[in-house]
Amino acid sequence: MNEAVKISTQHLSFYYGDFLALNDICLEIRENQVTALIGPSGCGKSTYLRCLNRMNDLIARTRTEGTILLDGKNILDPNQDVVSLRSRVGMVFQKPNPFPKSIFENVAYGLRVNGIRDRAYIADRVEGSLKQAALWNEVKDRISESALGLSGGQQQRLCIARALAVSPEVLLMDEPASALDPISTQKIEELIHELKTRYTIIIVTHNMQQAARVSDITAFFYVGKLIEVGETDTIFTRPGIKQTEDYITGRFG
Amino acid sequence: MLRSIDPATIENSQTAFDSTPAPRFYLQRRRRIMEKIVFSAFRTAAVVNALALAIVVYFMAANGWKAISWTFLTQPPTNSMTQGGILPCIVGTLCLSLGAMILAFPIGIASAIYMSEYARPGRLLRIIRLGINNLAGVPSVVFGLFGLGFFVVYLRFGVSILSGALTLGAMTLPVIISATEESLRSVPDTYREASLALGANKLQTICRVVLPSAMPGILTSAILGLSRTAGETAPIMFTAAVFYVPQLPSSIFDEIMALPYHIYVLATAGTEIEATRHLQYGTALVLVALVLGLNLSAILYRSRVRKRLR
Amino acid sequence: MNNNFRKIQDRILKHFFFFTALTSTAVLFVIAFFLFKEGIPIFEKVSIQDFILGKYWYPTSEPPDFGILALIVASLSVTLLSAAIAIPLGVMTAIYLAEIASYRLREIVKPVVELLAALPSVVIGFFGMVVVAPFLQNAFNLATGLNLFNAALMLAFMSIPTICSISEDAIYSVPHSLREASLALGATHLETIIRVILPASISGISTAVILGMSRAIGETMVVLMVAGGAAMIPLSIFDPVRPLPASIAAEMAEAPFRGDHYFALFATGIVLFLFTLLFNLIADHVAHKYKQVGEASL
Repeated sequence: MNEAVKISTQHLSFYYGDFLALNDICLEIRENQVTALIGPSGCGKSTYLRCLNRMNDLIARTRTEGTILLDGKNILDPNQDVVSLRSRVGMVFQKPNPFPKSIFENVAYGLRVNGIRDRAYIADRVEGSLKQAALWNEVKDRISESALGLSGGQQQRLCIARALAVSPEVLLMDEPASALDPISTQKIEELIHELKTRYTIIIVTHNMQQAARVSDITAFFYVGKLIEVGETDTIFTRPGIKQTEDYITGRFG
Repeated sequence: MLRSIDPATIENSQTAFDSTPAPRFYLQRRRRIMEKIVFSAFRTAAVVNALALAIVVYFMAANGWKAISWTFLTQPPTNSMTQGGILPCIVGTLCLSLGAMILAFPIGIASAIYMSEYARPGRLLRIIRLGINNLAGVPSVVFGLFGLGFFVVYLRFGVSILSGALTLGAMTLPVIISATEESLRSVPDTYREASLALGANKLQTICRVVLPSAMPGILTSAILGLSRTAGETAPIMFTAAVFYVPQLPSSIFDEIMALPYHIYVLATAGTEIEATRHLQYGTALVLVALVLGLNLSAILYRSRVRKRLR
Repeated sequence: MNNNFRKIQDRILKHFFFFTALTSTAVLFVIAFFLFKEGIPIFEKVSIQDFILGKYWYPTSEPPDFGILALIVASLSVTLLSAAIAIPLGVMTAIYLAEIASYRLREIVKPVVELLAALPSVVIGFFGMVVVAPFLQNAFNLATGLNLFNAALMLAFMSIPTICSISEDAIYSVPHSLREASLALGATHLETIIRVILPASISGISTAVILGMSRAIGETMVVLMVAGGAAMIPLSIFDPVRPLPASIAAEMAEAPFRGDHYFALFATGIVLFLFTLLFNLIADHVAHKYKQVGEASL
């Protein structure tokens, strides 16, 4: 495990008003690996994830301290353009949230807003993204129908395809399978496994089996602090800290 | 546009993706500038609205201020309405508005209770709601015609406070119904369930749990309804208001003067339109103060209740 | 015993509330009935076609002419021109309030829009007469400042609050998840508004626009006081016009009771009533048929 560091978080603290949601987080995310963030609800794992593409900017009365370096550049810099940051750092949400548009337009969206007009290129790119998200075969005959007609699992894979189309370097996944049935979950997990060859993936999950199955690195969060981080095998078999062990053996959380 | 794919290559998704290079984005600067320009246009639109209100209120206040005096508020007009006060108009407007609310408020609340607490969703409710929505859209002058045809002529109430209040009441009815229904619906179902589970019947639940929780919203709607009836002119033109009556009304069958109609008459048909300009501004200022005062109190009351609930 | 009594009481109350609701709805039909009752007699003198398409409205000359085409054209042109002003301003303000303004600014600007809606129409008409009309007359060197444009401008500010508040509700209720999805893909806030939020709330915005126009076409005092009152088909936006409500309001007082003129004014009321009914039915249809897109269901 000696891939280059993609994201380096240094002394990151995050406040909702007066509430300290993240407390001095230091964490390095390595390229082309899947990093799982685990911990009980409210532990800050989703908040941390949303700092990485500055989605938390949308919430009023929040404050961020520390630095997050993406390829060595601080993305928390006030001069950082969040729009271009977000096209480099894609995100898949907890609940599938396709736009009320056709399947094709959903995937083409990120390209269109970024000023790409070449229809043939967009069509190719949409097809490629859907294939990569393992959805192409299921939707290729109804590509111009509404995305809202897809099943939940298909919608979530569509959302993944939509994120892939703009070719992000990092893919953030916020409990992407928590609203899905077991079969769809399995498909998403297989997909994550394939995608990590080309993307750096960070996945938040409350499901420890899932973390064990899909990730290379696991980080355990508890009440806003990063308790322990290490290779997934180690964390799940020989955790170094008592709290981690209590959590993964189901003693709390 | 979408090429058909050889089945053999479908499985091998990675190759297909590699054939299209990652997109290169440009125009970032232009997109940001565009956003700034359009957002300032949105902001300007909001400012224009605020400005419109401020300008109208400013002109009424600046020009009407001088006309306002104790005499103006407590004396009837004199000298064929070129001098004197507007007392009969104030009294008339109060009579009409309060009369309209006395009529519309109970009926409105009872209708809203049916729609929110008793009716099942379905065709019947849809028709009732459609009727009420359309009633809200009927032009005020058509309400005037209706009042003339029905209350004044058919029911022989004549041009009177009663006819005017009934007409205005019919007009505010949909406003009260929809506002009340909305506040009833925003009462959580758990309140109703808790009350019913304790052995209360439906009426007790409505009277002791649902209505009290919805009361702030209902009261707000009543104040807004009152202010709307106070400002309406067209519905009372044919049903209640006249140019001039020397004395204050003594029965509900009397004709009356009213603030909005008085403004209209002085501004368009008075004997000395230019000479009574200050009286017109003064009357308009009284009406604006009355209506905006009612609305402001409703807004403040609502925000205070919301804060308390938070 | 007690139980039985309660059941009967419950049923009586249910019927009581039902009949009250029915009464409220019935008002609409009573309105329609009396309009037709007092309006139909005119069609013994003029055909429906001559009434609606007749170009001349001289109700008091001998013999009288009862053609309301000029009034209809006046109403439609005033409404369309006011919509051209009110729709952009209203929708843009709604977007500003729902998407851009901070919480504190929204708490200030929203009541302002509500207060704008609360201004009595006679006050806006008066303002148009004594402030806007002289200004227009001087600025554009016109014969009169009381004209189509002035009326449309005043009406616009009366329909903006309707358009704005209904649109704002529609925009505000677009699920937050759609907004986040778009922003996370690297779209700017503006692109998110134009490509995701507005399409998702288009049915609510259409309803708002239709209801705003319906309010404008039925508004009486403003057009009575500032439209100029000439019953002619306008050729320019600075021509004086006489929309339907103005004609009814101005002439009813002089029309001999149950005379032809009186019947003709009620018939004009029918036309106006049908116009607004049509607008409202379209708005209702749009609101129900194209229900707002909500959260994707699983």
